[in-house]
Amino acid sequence: MIDKKLNEIIFKNDEVNKIIDDLAAKIIKFKFNFSNLIIVGIKEGGVALSDLIHKKVKEGTGFDCLSGYVDITLYRDDSFAVKKTVKSTEMPFNINDKDILLVDDVIYSGRTVRAAIDDLICFGRPKSVKLAVLIDRGGREIPICPDFTGKKIKIPNKYDVKVELASKNKFIEKI
Amino acid sequence: MSYVKKDLISINDLSKSDILYFVETAKEFKKISLQDIKKVPTMRGKTILNLFFEPSTRTKTSFEIAQKRLSADTINLSISQSSVAKGESLSDTILNLQAMKPDAFIIRHYESGAPFFISNITNASVINAGDGINEHPTQCLLDIMTIFEHKKEIKSLKIAIIGDIFHSRVARSDIAGLSKLGAEIYLYGPQTLMPRFINSDNIKIAGSMETAVKEADVIIMLRVQKERTSFYFIPSIEEYRNYFKLTSEILKLASKDVLILHPGPVNRDVEISGSIINSGKTVILDQVENGIAIRMACLYILLGGRHS
Repeated sequence: MIDKKLNEIIFKNDEVNKIIDDLAAKIIKFKFNFSNLIIVGIKEGGVALSDLIHKKVKEGTGFDCLSGYVDITLYRDDSFAVKKTVKSTEMPFNINDKDILLVDDVIYSGRTVRAAIDDLICFGRPKSVKLAVLIDRGGREIPICPDFTGKKIKIPNKYDVKVELASKNKFIEKI
Repeated sequence: MSYVKKDLISINDLSKSDILYFVETAKEFKKISLQDIKKVPTMRGKTILNLFFEPSTRTKTSFEIAQKRLSADTINLSISQSSVAKGESLSDTILNLQAMKPDAFIIRHYESGAPFFISNITNASVINAGDGINEHPTQCLLDIMTIFEHKKEIKSLKIAIIGDIFHSRVARSDIAGLSKLGAEIYLYGPQTLMPRFINSDNIKIAGSMETAVKEADVIIMLRVQKERTSFYFIPSIEEYRNYFKLTSEILKLASKDVLILHPGPVNRDVEISGSIINSGKTVILDQVENGIAIRMACLYILLGGRHS
């Protein structure tokens, strides 16, 4: 039986905006060469966040960085365990010698990021790859660590964390 | 959206939405062939056996490239050098290969129904890469993909299929697939090479080359299959050329932005004027390019499905 009370909003609206602002501030403060930076969202969860970060970096530094998206479906370490529709990786430019900022909403096992790096490298050899996440919920299964984190929270394995940023009503909930 | 059958034997096994799902998936796979590194790790550890009992350039190469771009391990069995040449039966050959635990068989066979037969004796996925005069489902899917790249809708397009309809597995699959998407199909060819029965309102037999081509949105020219017709069906190649060749003159009757497809290999100046091909008016090479994407999509969908 599904207990509806299990859905619990952890952060909403202003709280979420604050976490995003803090994350963007850390990124802006870091000594990136912004003219060489590409902001890459991991589909689907990282898309809205990477667009927001792109916007905030532009406001904060004046640099209109290139942006792209990676779809990791074909790079999963369990290709066929979860049947997903293949979506597009959108990287319509040369990434050789570029600095890449990978962006995702939640980091958990770290496997998604591993797959995303694998996908990126098929497009060339970036100079560096850094990782920004909105929520680090712990529970890593492979040695991957974000460089920029919005918020660290401990959430038991039995829950999923859902981040909604695309609509006006932003929230982060555990399900 | 998902597709749960383990095999792709006939276009008739696919619903309209299945066809669109294969084509949509293929669009994403097409991009992989444009990357610097034209390979994804999706099918690591999968073994695929390509069994071609009939000559093939395009289909065989295209399947093999598709498999390699998905990181599968592929084995091509050269039938002339296999035990089939020593008289081993088809089912014994398959059962022995099955014992080597492949994940899929790609079958091209001169007998209609061979891939279906094989799909019933193996639990690996089977893809029909053309069987006798029966079907060539991946060709149909790549034709549909190619048409969709130029036309928004297939519904109510006038599509002419011209040539040896009777012996053409491409025609049989194309007619089935394009009908599901609502096309108006006009068939034309020598009387002896026309289908015996047509039981659908959207398929018409044209009385002349002109009727078939007039205002057509898509023309699919078929190859004269010398190996199957052995000239009993047509008096001579010269006669075929005179009455059934697509020439620049006849082409003027078609719709202004007509698409010309041909499954290959082309007999230049038999079924189609070399000048039409040279002038870049056909999408034959697009078909070849899309062939890889469609075959990647088929492998991904079939091997990834949860079937018992």
